[in-house]
Amino acid sequence: MADKKIATREAYGAALAEFGAREDIVVLDADLSKSTKTDTFKKQYPERFINMGIAEANMMSTAAGLASCGKTVFASSFAMFAAGRAFEQVRNSICYPKLNVKIGATHAGISVGEDGATHQCLEDIALMRSLPGMVIINPADAVEARLAVKAAIEHNGPCYLRFGRLGVPTIFDESYQFELGKGVEIASGNDATIIATGLMVGTALEAKELLENEGINARVINIHTIKPIDRDIIVKASRETGAIVTCEEHNIIGGLGSAVAEVLCEEAPCKMARIGTKDVFGKSGKPAELLKEYGLTAEDIAESVKKLIK
Amino acid sequence: MNNIKLEKTAYKIRKHAVDAVYSAQSGHPGGSLSVADILAILYMEEMKVSPQNPKDPDRDRFVLSKGHCAPALYGALAEKGFFPVEDVKTFRKIDSYLQGHPDMKGVPGVDMSTGSLGQGICAAGGMALAAKLDGRDYRVYTVLGDGEIEEGQVWEAAMFAAHYQLDNLVAFVDFNGLQIDGDITKVMNPTPIDKKFEAFGWNVVIADAHDFDSLREALANARNTKGQPTAIIAKSVKGKGVSFMENEAGWHGNAPNTEQYEQAAAELDQKIAELEAADNGR
Repeated sequence: MADKKIATREAYGAALAEFGAREDIVVLDADLSKSTKTDTFKKQYPERFINMGIAEANMMSTAAGLASCGKTVFASSFAMFAAGRAFEQVRNSICYPKLNVKIGATHAGISVGEDGATHQCLEDIALMRSLPGMVIINPADAVEARLAVKAAIEHNGPCYLRFGRLGVPTIFDESYQFELGKGVEIASGNDATIIATGLMVGTALEAKELLENEGINARVINIHTIKPIDRDIIVKASRETGAIVTCEEHNIIGGLGSAVAEVLCEEAPCKMARIGTKDVFGKSGKPAELLKEYGLTAEDIAESVKKLIK
Repeated sequence: MNNIKLEKTAYKIRKHAVDAVYSAQSGHPGGSLSVADILAILYMEEMKVSPQNPKDPDRDRFVLSKGHCAPALYGALAEKGFFPVEDVKTFRKIDSYLQGHPDMKGVPGVDMSTGSLGQGICAAGGMALAAKLDGRDYRVYTVLGDGEIEEGQVWEAAMFAAHYQLDNLVAFVDFNGLQIDGDITKVMNPTPIDKKFEAFGWNVVIADAHDFDSLREALANARNTKGQPTAIIAKSVKGKGVSFMENEAGWHGNAPNTEQYEQAAAELDQKIAELEAADNGR
């Protein structure tokens, strides 16, 4: 693991600039381009960057109109406003007509930190998962975030990209293969499986080390695409390890934990636990303090695994 | 197209709308009847659209922001030749492509799925922006309800279109004065509508929604206006053309029974016959 920490939002902005040469790509932002990092694209392609002002509802429906005329549109804001405030516009203007709009949602999760509960979106995966045809990608690090943007551009249809504000360690190297809809086993083991998404993937790898010290060999799976979810890798993990702990920086209701539970219940039930925020709102604090307070540390994951398999 | 032909088309659109709503025993006749003349002049005279090439990237676009008036839009599209007029009677029925609100994936000639109020004008703004980005000269037309403009995102779109000088965008407000719960000024007063759009930076024209010379003049004014989108505040009569539906909020979203349908159909058929005779007598 490299020492340098990079936020996935940084990688998002850089990837937009890197892959943005295509004339059909248009980037919209709602007065947050410095924070969402779409300003990186803006500097390179100012004629295809449109500031929509603080008006997310209009931004999503405008994105739909642009997409109906052949544009590949990225509409960016904080997750709270992109998935939350503009939910109904995303549903009716974008998803129902299956238009080619990518929602670049940054500042997802509790790790937003000091801004507190109003800006810490812990419900966006649940909201977006309920929309027919929506693809949801929640990258774990800068390498994966770059590949997620590339995959979203290549995918024709609505897509929700979930990025974080906080710098996170880079887990993957340049050889990392990303395939939309395919989970990745990033560490082998047969005593239990930790299935993680987003910044919790790095935390899950730390938890694996803690468990190893106690003689427990946990498998770690990275689910970058939460929808459509990779059912096969989950079923295989259930059959081979018999215990699964999911980890996400999101409410335990409706997110990765729920998605995995649905697969397990239908195809391969096993012991299971969910790490995430426990149906509560966040609050102000430093990201590390909040991750600790809300039970999202490597120690929390390791404890959960131990409890599950004892 | 001459005004008699336009009016005849408008009355045919009204007849299709009433047929559709009666057949479905569900739908929105009041606003469909008030918007019929606007749709007639747009589809028969103003817009460059072709049923033979409904996805032509250079076509003019139309977005029915007040999507519940789909019966009139389907009537207009059928009259234009996008699909058979008989299909209008399948409106809202299981297995029909004519959904309760316009569905761009299923209906030839529908440029945007609408129905959730406030979103259509925003999508129309996106289309107008796409034309500017691509250097294409197509124009984008949308129709809002006067109740619909109570939705906040309409004004987000109004700010946006003026800010980016989308002079290829025309938004009609079908100003019939009634919404579901009654008089718009009593439910949640959106007036003065013209001054609001003016304040947002739009070119504003007041028109009579049932007078083709007035609508034609307003559309010409819009075409000749550079650097600003145009709002055409079109004063209309809800339920126009069916005597017992006119100016009655109760006909916003109710289907006529058989007796009511027969009266409505008779009134509309008679008007169409009169216009036919007048047209032939020219």
